[in-house]
Amino acid sequence: MAITLEETISRQVHATPLSWILSRHTFWVFMAAVAACIALTLATDTFATERNIFNVTRNFAFVGIIALGMTAVIITGGIDLSVGSVVVLSAMITGMTMAGGGSIWLAIPLALAGSLAVGLFNGLMIAYIGVPPFVVTLGTLSVARSLAMVLSDNKMVYQFGPDHELLLALGGGSTFGIPHPVFALAILGILTGLAFRWTRLGRHIFAVGGNEHAATLTGIPVKRVKILVYMFAALTAGITGILEVGWLGGVTTNLGQGMELNVIAAAVIGGANLAGGVGTAFGAIVGAALIEVIRNSLILLGISTFWQGTFVGSFIIIAVLFDRLRASRTNE
Amino acid sequence: MTVLELQGVSKSFGAIQALSDVSLKIEPGEVVGLMGDNGAGKSTLVKIVAGNFPPTKGTLSIADRQVSFHRPSDARAAGIEIVYQELALCDNLTAAANVFLGRELMRSFGPIRILDYKTMYERAGKLFAELKSETRPRDLVRRMSGGQRQAVAIARTRLSDARIVLMDEPTAAISIRQVEEVLSLIRRLRDHGIAVALVSHRMPDVFAVADRVVVLRRGEKVADKPTAKSSPEEITGLITGAITTA
Repeated sequence: MAITLEETISRQVHATPLSWILSRHTFWVFMAAVAACIALTLATDTFATERNIFNVTRNFAFVGIIALGMTAVIITGGIDLSVGSVVVLSAMITGMTMAGGGSIWLAIPLALAGSLAVGLFNGLMIAYIGVPPFVVTLGTLSVARSLAMVLSDNKMVYQFGPDHELLLALGGGSTFGIPHPVFALAILGILTGLAFRWTRLGRHIFAVGGNEHAATLTGIPVKRVKILVYMFAALTAGITGILEVGWLGGVTTNLGQGMELNVIAAAVIGGANLAGGVGTAFGAIVGAALIEVIRNSLILLGISTFWQGTFVGSFIIIAVLFDRLRASRTNE
Repeated sequence: MTVLELQGVSKSFGAIQALSDVSLKIEPGEVVGLMGDNGAGKSTLVKIVAGNFPPTKGTLSIADRQVSFHRPSDARAAGIEIVYQELALCDNLTAAANVFLGRELMRSFGPIRILDYKTMYERAGKLFAELKSETRPRDLVRRMSGGQRQAVAIARTRLSDARIVLMDEPTAAISIRQVEEVLSLIRRLRDHGIAVALVSHRMPDVFAVADRVVVLRRGEKVADKPTAKSSPEEITGLITGAITTA
């Protein structure tokens, strides 16, 4: 039977929407998160309370926002270990500016500019000098936190000048019962998802991660793409830093310590492949949700919080093992 | 009209003379096999024509006009398309995305420009049909056979108004069954009036599709004759140096 050109063009890889959904990594992670929520609701009478849900969604928003930036970096085949330190740097710039009497409208641009500067540095070193992302961002992980300490003289900042209330409302408040960081996550998630799928830059991010050499040969501005993803990751960390100050009502220099691990775990659990070329914005959010639910469940079930690191670390390893397994299956 | 003409092209890298005084002409719709042993200067020649680096001496002309390329995009703008040995494909993207890689079609969506998936799928589908390949635009390149991957790389050259397509060892890494598929892709390009320079180690492939064969040895052109007037034995002799002139 002859197949017409139109049929070939419109031919989808999956026969039905259902088979497409079932083949999605993100769908299964989403189901795991839902299952964990149901199990916790049944097992405890503390999980499904309004107060706890409010806290869980807000906490997961912080990790989720940065996981979006991290996913973009991971898709290009890179990694950004500096995000946790950029969070504290951004938070400290915000705090110190406002504590010094500066307005919030000055503090936010300064904090974001500081974050973007770290991202730009990461990107330049990686794209132009060819330093491995792991090394550069490990360096800026140390530098950015140290700068935050220098800036604040390692003191806690909790007085934010004339716009004190505005800052607290921005990060810690809620509208229609939904915490503000969740709005930030939703907006950034939609924008990132649309950019991945519909823009030329999005396409190029995937191309760089799929085959960097091919991307170069076909004239894609590989260096610019790399710089932009590291700046985007730093920007998401910077936004999170500002929101976290408002939520906590104070900044200390240990804010965001070890956060890079949760963020990387969220991105990887959400389907971003550390080898590059694969990842989604929705996956990053779902991954962050699953991590936060598990973390929350450990607390509610009375398991020592010392175990959290074991869980998060194991998650990263298991997710990568799954990728390996899948890759070896496709190669056969 | 000559599509591509090289006159007295030489290239040296420090003390190493990779090419010396090579002159060569390719006409529209002609398939020229470029043969030679490893280190004979084939890839240096390809890279000069592709605009990766300029020749030390000598000139390049496209359609009877002298050109000098400073970067690969200059060569592309002049109508030279390259199919690299490693094909330069992204496994994680669809066939259509690969065809349009770096040259994505956009459309307006209000004030912003977004990828025009529909047109890209359609045009890629038409290109594959033109090449009589069974490649489907929406399939991921990861799941494709060697022949289909070649079709994607070749379809890419058909996007622009290419005058000449340089193919670097297109049949080196694929199964024998798929070689025939690639050879017929080359014939289709020729039928569209496009000149093809086929760099290859494989004697049967060159004799199957090429009108003319050029042999390089140690950076010098030692033969340039119609395949009909030569034989695989003679070419082998020329490549190895057992025969010194054709």
